[in-house]
Amino acid sequence: MGRFSVEVKVMPRRALLDPQGQAVEHALSALGFPSVSDVRVGKAMTLELERPDRAQAERDARSMCERLLANPVTEDFTVSVKAVE
Amino acid sequence: MMRVAVVRFPGSNCDADALRTAREAGADAYYVWHRDRDLQQADAVILPGGFAYGDYLRAGAIARFSPVMAAVQAHADQGGPVLGICNGFQVLCEAGLLPGALMRNDRLTFVSRPVRLRVETDDTPFTSAFERGAIFTAPVAHGEGRYVASPDVLRALEEEDRVVLRYLDVNPNGATNGIAGIANAERNVVGIMPHPERVADPVLGNAEGAKVFESMVKRAGLPMGGAR
Repeated sequence: MGRFSVEVKVMPRRALLDPQGQAVEHALSALGFPSVSDVRVGKAMTLELERPDRAQAERDARSMCERLLANPVTEDFTVSVKAVE
Repeated sequence: MMRVAVVRFPGSNCDADALRTAREAGADAYYVWHRDRDLQQADAVILPGGFAYGDYLRAGAIARFSPVMAAVQAHADQGGPVLGICNGFQVLCEAGLLPGALMRNDRLTFVSRPVRLRVETDDTPFTSAFERGAIFTAPVAHGEGRYVASPDVLRALEEEDRVVLRYLDVNPNGATNGIAGIANAERNVVGIMPHPERVADPVLGNAEGAKVFESMVKRAGLPMGGAR
């Protein structure tokens, strides 16, 4: 058994309007940062897993995303798994 | 008498309005707690509005795992009518009982206002008491009501007469095609963002919303009567 820390990034799908990203983009422009574009706002989640190996940890993390952490209709996700210690 | 289960989650609201309106329409309506696994022989199920589980993660995302949802799924699979109002619509989408999803409103603000709606189809258990094309006003109150779906799903909804309600002059959340409510392919599961139970009594100056509940009861061939 190994301990793995998992970082999940969930982002609104590119084709869909992201009003939060637009609002942040406007605010960044208002602050005077030039040439800011393509701002998108998503979610980051972290969790730890105890699994026999890294592949199993990654499989489970992806399954969690597909079934709960991300909405397959509107969001895309990436998973990164690191061994702890 | 038609039996109607109104499911309550922690954070539900307008559940009392839905219960009362269903009773006024002639149904034997009662509450079912989200931890219950039994709908007590319900003929129809209503998932009310609110903020089940605080809308954590995504609206409806946690509520769909409530024990009661397995019973709701089984009821729907057998063709039983299910109506999701506002948060209930979000739960039905998250549970996969309806296609698509409800995203953050395009203007980012919570909208709470009356909107004019067109009844696009009378061919559902919850709109059969309306004339097709009827227009009525009901309040919306939500932060995540922007209906989105894949192009294939949108085409199917439009072509198969499954858009139930459409925003008429103001699209309060940026919903695709102004969609305010939809039905599943079998037409027994309906989700709507507006709150008809809040405009279901003449004392409020508008009782049009009661027709949603009268449709449900009329379909069962019980008290309301009416030709269809």
